[in-house]
Amino acid sequence: MNQAAIEFQHVNYSVDGLHILKNITGSFLEGKITTLVGPSGAGKSTLFKLCNGLRSPDSGEILIKGKPIEVYDPVELRRNVGIALQSATMVKGSVLENLELPLSLQGKEIDLEFARELLHDVGLADNILERNAKDLSGGQRQKLSIARTLVNKPKVLLLDEITSSLDRVSQHDIEELIEKINEKYGTTMIWITHNLDQALRIGHCTWVMMNGELIESGDSSLLMNPNDKRVQDFVKGEIE
Amino acid sequence: MSYLTLSLTLIFVLIPLILSRTLKLGLEKDTLIATIRSIVQLLAVGYVLQYVFEVDNIIFIVLMILLMIGAATQNARKKGATIHGITWKLIVTFVFIEVLTQSILLGFQIVPPTPQYIIPISGMVIGNSMVLGILFLNRFTAEVESRQDETELILTLGGTPKQAIHTQLITSIKASTIPTIESQKTIGLVQLPGMMSGQIIAGADPVQAVQFQLLILFILLTTAVVTSIMLGFLSYPTLFNNRMQFLKLKS
Repeated sequence: MNQAAIEFQHVNYSVDGLHILKNITGSFLEGKITTLVGPSGAGKSTLFKLCNGLRSPDSGEILIKGKPIEVYDPVELRRNVGIALQSATMVKGSVLENLELPLSLQGKEIDLEFARELLHDVGLADNILERNAKDLSGGQRQKLSIARTLVNKPKVLLLDEITSSLDRVSQHDIEELIEKINEKYGTTMIWITHNLDQALRIGHCTWVMMNGELIESGDSSLLMNPNDKRVQDFVKGEIE
Repeated sequence: MSYLTLSLTLIFVLIPLILSRTLKLGLEKDTLIATIRSIVQLLAVGYVLQYVFEVDNIIFIVLMILLMIGAATQNARKKGATIHGITWKLIVTFVFIEVLTQSILLGFQIVPPTPQYIIPISGMVIGNSMVLGILFLNRFTAEVESRQDETELILTLGGTPKQAIHTQLITSIKASTIPTIESQKTIGLVQLPGMMSGQIIAGADPVQAVQFQLLILFILLTTAVVTSIMLGFLSYPTLFNNRMQFLKLKS
């Protein structure tokens, strides 16, 4: 049986009195791709920030490989639990400087061959290394953001709607890349997506969240035949 | 200057009042308040300084400096109200600047240790530090607010709080010190500084007036750079907690 890479025990989180996450209990299994689906405002992105140590729960416990998250050094934790956000924020500078950022923060330089390989893997041409990152299109930025997260070679990868602004071909390329990394390195992947077909196609497991609660979780096939009435409505597209 | 002559200077207040009235600018009330406040405040400080100079007692000098620091803190803290503990950070900065500049001036005997020198120079140092503090805090809070995504990005990639806020900090330090450095480049060409002009009008030797003005300019340069850097390095840690999480600015 797979060990939990990240485990939540009765986790609650609120901002200014607004309850964002309510009593979340569940696990993301090591080496698996878990897709996270649910309507907007369900608390999915916030859950990611808790996994990455960018936020701490009000109550409950988060365990990373069986140990409370607090025992890990925040910097080490974030290097091992990488996150690629939907916003794909870039810092001022070239594509190379952005790609190199995880290493330059450690006082290291990126190997140019490795940089080109990463760009190739995410479907970007390697002749854009010197281009200003802010001049890239939304889709290119998202690809670069994924490549940048991979530079740290994280053990767990949190992907927040990373294919939302990509065309079908690019989406397919990224899906293949994620599956390849998962198979090759055994990286645990948690992927927030609004695309239920993608969630079913890519995910080994699925979590369905609504209004800050984990409604249903298990094998991704649960999306074909959900037990909970709210999830049935969501899958039918009756809940946005 | 006699009081009669001084009262004639009010012509320069009448001109904006008449213009405001004619053009319906609505500046009359503020102009009158500013005029009355400046007369009362400056006359009061003139009499206080006269007394302090005559008594020549260290306690009064310290009290005057503390008063300046208190007023400067009160004024600047509004601009940094969103930063936790800004009041004591400003006090520490102003005290440090004052101690630093007076230690150099008195330690190297650049100026004599008399209230006539210590108090006016302290006023310029603390006043300039206050303006710099306001400029810095204004820019820094705006930078932090508008670049939250960048700050969190660097944290998510395993950066430290100092790395996450570095660009915002450096940008704000540079932006707040630019006016001081730029104005020094054109000094004497575009404008004659107030203190030097005052000395020349009062009959002092222009070369000596220039020497004192240079002293003040160099002090103000130090004040500008040290104020921004100190406030920056005192302020940024309060934006993060011990788990290296980015905290929102106080609303």
